[in-house]
Amino acid sequence: MSAISASEKVDGFTRKSMRKAQKQRKSQGSSQYRTQSAPVELSPLPQLKDAPSTEQQELFTQKLQQCCMLFDFLDSVTDLKSKEIKRATLNELVDYVSTNRGVLVETAYPEITDMICTNIFRTLPPSENPDFDPEEDEPTLEASWPHIQLVYEFLLRFLENPDFQPSIAKRYIDQKFVLQLLELFDSEDPRERDFLKTILHRIYGKFLGLRAFIRKQINNIFLRFIYETEHFNGVAELLEILGSIINGFALPLKAEHKQFLMKVLIPLHTAKALSLFHAQLAYCVVQFLEKDPTLTEPVIRGLLKFWPKTCSQKEVMFLGEIEEILDVIEPTQFKKIQEPLFKQISKCVANPHFQVAERALYFWNNEYILSLIEENIDKILPIMFGSLYRISKEHWNPTIVALVYNVLKTLMEMNCTLFDELTSSYKADRQREKKKEQERDELWKQLEELRLSNPTLVQNNCHGLTGIKRMVRHFGKWAYCLSRSQVDEKIDATLVSLWEIRSYR
Amino acid sequence: TNLQQRRREGPAAALLWQKPRSAAQQRHSVTAILSKMAGADGDDSLYPIAVLIDELRNEDVQLRLNSIKKLSTIALALGVERTRTELLPFLTDTIYDEDEVLLALAEQLGNFTMLVGGPEYVHCLLPPLESLATVEETVVRDKAVESLRKISQEHSPVDLEVHFEPLVKRLASGDWFTSRTSACGLFSVCYPRVSSTVKAEIRQHFRTLCSDDTPMVRRAAASKLGEFAKVLELDYVKSDIISLFTALASDEQDSVRLLAVEACVSIATLLPQEDLETLVMPTLRQAAEDKSWRVRYMVADKFSELQKAVGPEITKNDLVPAFQNLLKDCEAEVRAAAANKVKEFCENLPEDSREQIIMTHILPCVKELVSDTNQHVKSALASVIMGLSTILGKDNTIEHLLPLFLAQLKDECPEVRLNIISNLDCVNEVIGIRQLSQSLLPAIVELAEDAKWRVRLAIIEYMPLLAGQLGVEFFDEKLNTLCMAWLIDHVYAIREAATCNLMKLVEKFGAEWAQNTIVPKVLGMANDPNYLHRMTTLFCINALSEACGQDITTKQMLPVVLKMSNDQVANVRFNVAKSLQKIGPVLDSNALQTEVKPVLEKLATDTDMDVKYFAQEAISVLALA
Repeated sequence: MSAISASEKVDGFTRKSMRKAQKQRKSQGSSQYRTQSAPVELSPLPQLKDAPSTEQQELFTQKLQQCCMLFDFLDSVTDLKSKEIKRATLNELVDYVSTNRGVLVETAYPEITDMICTNIFRTLPPSENPDFDPEEDEPTLEASWPHIQLVYEFLLRFLENPDFQPSIAKRYIDQKFVLQLLELFDSEDPRERDFLKTILHRIYGKFLGLRAFIRKQINNIFLRFIYETEHFNGVAELLEILGSIINGFALPLKAEHKQFLMKVLIPLHTAKALSLFHAQLAYCVVQFLEKDPTLTEPVIRGLLKFWPKTCSQKEVMFLGEIEEILDVIEPTQFKKIQEPLFKQISKCVANPHFQVAERALYFWNNEYILSLIEENIDKILPIMFGSLYRISKEHWNPTIVALVYNVLKTLMEMNCTLFDELTSSYKADRQREKKKEQERDELWKQLEELRLSNPTLVQNNCHGLTGIKRMVRHFGKWAYCLSRSQVDEKIDATLVSLWEIRSYR
Repeated sequence: TNLQQRRREGPAAALLWQKPRSAAQQRHSVTAILSKMAGADGDDSLYPIAVLIDELRNEDVQLRLNSIKKLSTIALALGVERTRTELLPFLTDTIYDEDEVLLALAEQLGNFTMLVGGPEYVHCLLPPLESLATVEETVVRDKAVESLRKISQEHSPVDLEVHFEPLVKRLASGDWFTSRTSACGLFSVCYPRVSSTVKAEIRQHFRTLCSDDTPMVRRAAASKLGEFAKVLELDYVKSDIISLFTALASDEQDSVRLLAVEACVSIATLLPQEDLETLVMPTLRQAAEDKSWRVRYMVADKFSELQKAVGPEITKNDLVPAFQNLLKDCEAEVRAAAANKVKEFCENLPEDSREQIIMTHILPCVKELVSDTNQHVKSALASVIMGLSTILGKDNTIEHLLPLFLAQLKDECPEVRLNIISNLDCVNEVIGIRQLSQSLLPAIVELAEDAKWRVRLAIIEYMPLLAGQLGVEFFDEKLNTLCMAWLIDHVYAIREAATCNLMKLVEKFGAEWAQNTIVPKVLGMANDPNYLHRMTTLFCINALSEACGQDITTKQMLPVVLKMSNDQVANVRFNVAKSLQKIGPVLDSNALQTEVKPVLEKLATDTDMDVKYFAQEAISVLALA
């Protein structure tokens, strides 16, 4: 506390991390809305291993049913005995399905899935902390984890059991099941998301009929995340699963998969919380490009479209991803995209934030990229030269200046003649740019005058000869106009003369 | 003439800039176009348009954005005909751009009717807006839909059927979800103005979108369901809308179900009372008991609207128990939303049974909420609970509500206490504030010393109101010390508010009271070792002089101010000059000439430039030069 008040004295505000540190790690119950009446006390059943084999199946079912009882874990004093019985029973069930053969008879499937659904499928509670920052805040943990963990464990062992038969299970593990499973990926508890990831992966592997559905629903979750809520805790986990799914795509890629890349994965880069799943996202993108190099151009164009404008941290991530892409790019593809790409890189090396500039300049340490640049130096040097030359003189950070000198040297060695030409024309180019800028301003000033002199025109000009006349009067010499088309010509003529004035200057 | 000839060639040459160019071409765009055209036919009338369009495709996004924001100027320069034949096709083709540029474009086009030649040509604006309505970014799409809705009103009924309605149909059957989402917002604007065959088609399209494969489209349809129902004929509301409503309200995704609750309000308003029970209530009951808290939250949030829409009988039979359940919900979010509605719900109950319902059904729940575990629930309740006293009358308030107010005044959360105190006036009207005064005092004292300055500020703002209701004696005895203590708070905003508070108190209690109770204390601070406190004296004098009148100002305040002109801190000295300027009009001319003038003249020669400045300003404002 004393540390906090000391910092408070300085600026009157506590730092967020400190404020958060005071809070206890919180746990939260699920939003169970009157799903059952008050729990009935459980009584222990005999151990499965002690039961004669003829009664084992019956006992197994009884135990599954017993585990359908839900308890309130926010209340840590009630039902202690029953909670313990359920925990022990779940442990025994996990053990039973993972070590024994022949326990998954057809009649057990509905009982098993029923127990699983009752325990794990629930509406996630409202977030305790509405502006939850996953990077800084401690996640709220699931209160009923002691039971739920074992149920997930059980589900996993059930799916991995050598006797497991998807053809029977698909009656219970269906689209609705998958949909509810996917919604749970929004859980704030990372332990839960980790289990879900493995489980969904197993389901995707075993149920061929559900694959397209799973991909479509993940699509929908991502689109909702990008364009509607900007909130979903499990993006990284879902991308991780997708990474291995993409790996298995057959060639040539289906249109559906390409659409997923361009309309879902690329726009995912716009998310505020990109840092939480960027590694997984970049992996997916690169996987696609390794499968089909012709996608390189649209992907890079997409990244350039969504290039961060104000967030330097994200810009560094984008540069990282570009380098990963360049590592696998084919030279023919590189040629197609080099100009827009290096225009962006040229802006990045000139970025006043030294981490952005540094990350971009590191490209010149990459042997493969260097060879690509050398091959296309005629195109790339003119794009890069201006920025590099300017920041070699202007950047505030000495490390950046040193790096820029090295890069300039490398580029010079690649094409000395062009480098000299660019150096000597640098000043003239800047002046030409400046002049162009002035001309633009001039043009807009004239247009603005045209608009200001006719405030009524915007409302009147459809049947507004009066408005047009007033506008024309502004130009003095055409006081007597007769038809609208003539007026149009007059205005054109004005602009022509404006243009001529500009070009003679 | 030569000019006319060139004009005729215009559209053909316009093709030159219709296709988006590659980056390489863009680099020398102006010159490229110029040389191409000059070489081709020497047509120089097109240069200006080329220049304008070049501005719209400048490589720099910011410049492009600036140009697009002035699109109306460009259209104006081109005239209506060329805007239609050249500018709009160009815009339709450049739809692949930064979202920010597209947003500006979507907005501009909504106001373009006159620039294309008025309502008879307004349909020319449809192609670019149609493309914009299909882009990914929600903000752009929504703006495009907004503009489309706007210009739909400017279409003649014939144009609406020939141009607008086909566009809606194309969007509604688009491949990608974005266009279908946009279509949802356009049905209701064209439905009332088309023929009955087209109407039938529109209803069919809407129906299809309500059961769309993607939840995004279903959400869009659900959110427009109420709006669409309003423009439909009653028979179709019953036959079409109700089944869609029921289906959306039991969608597998809670984000869709909760939007159906919103539609429920509009639909219930449209239906005759006798149909509500069979057509709407089963769904509403189900929503109030939904397993997702988001849906229940929505019901709680819309409760007053729902109550008005279904009328008194259904309210008595159905909504009262539903409301009780929401007040007892397991999620704090839902309870807080319901708690917010307590007053409104009670007010709108049918008069004949209002008191009985509140006393037997609502009040027990409210009592429980007072000691809720969640502070948001308690503070939501505290912001409305006082309103119940006017509904229940004096006796019930004293017997049933007063204990709750008192409990909330002692709540651990400052926001709860503040909400109670800020609504004291409702209680004052019914039972008088004195009933509360014993509990009020500790609550006020604690808030007055709260560690958060915003809490202190909030309570200061209620001081004049409290003083008026509690009376001068109570105030002198209990609250005066607090008000004086705020004057030396370490936060400026609090000292400032405290000064203002003193002024309001003097206006309430009169000059004599001021002279006896506060003026001596304020003037005493002039000798404080802390210069901030000395300045507070000056700020108080500024605020109080007018309310206290000439006598007190001249005899008691002025000497202190003049004495402070010798203060060693320059800030105090220039505030003396400012104070003299402020209280000058209250003083008589004799005092001004003999006492104020020499002091200001002396300050005008001060070594500090700020002191000089303010002294000179005071001299000129008071006309003492």
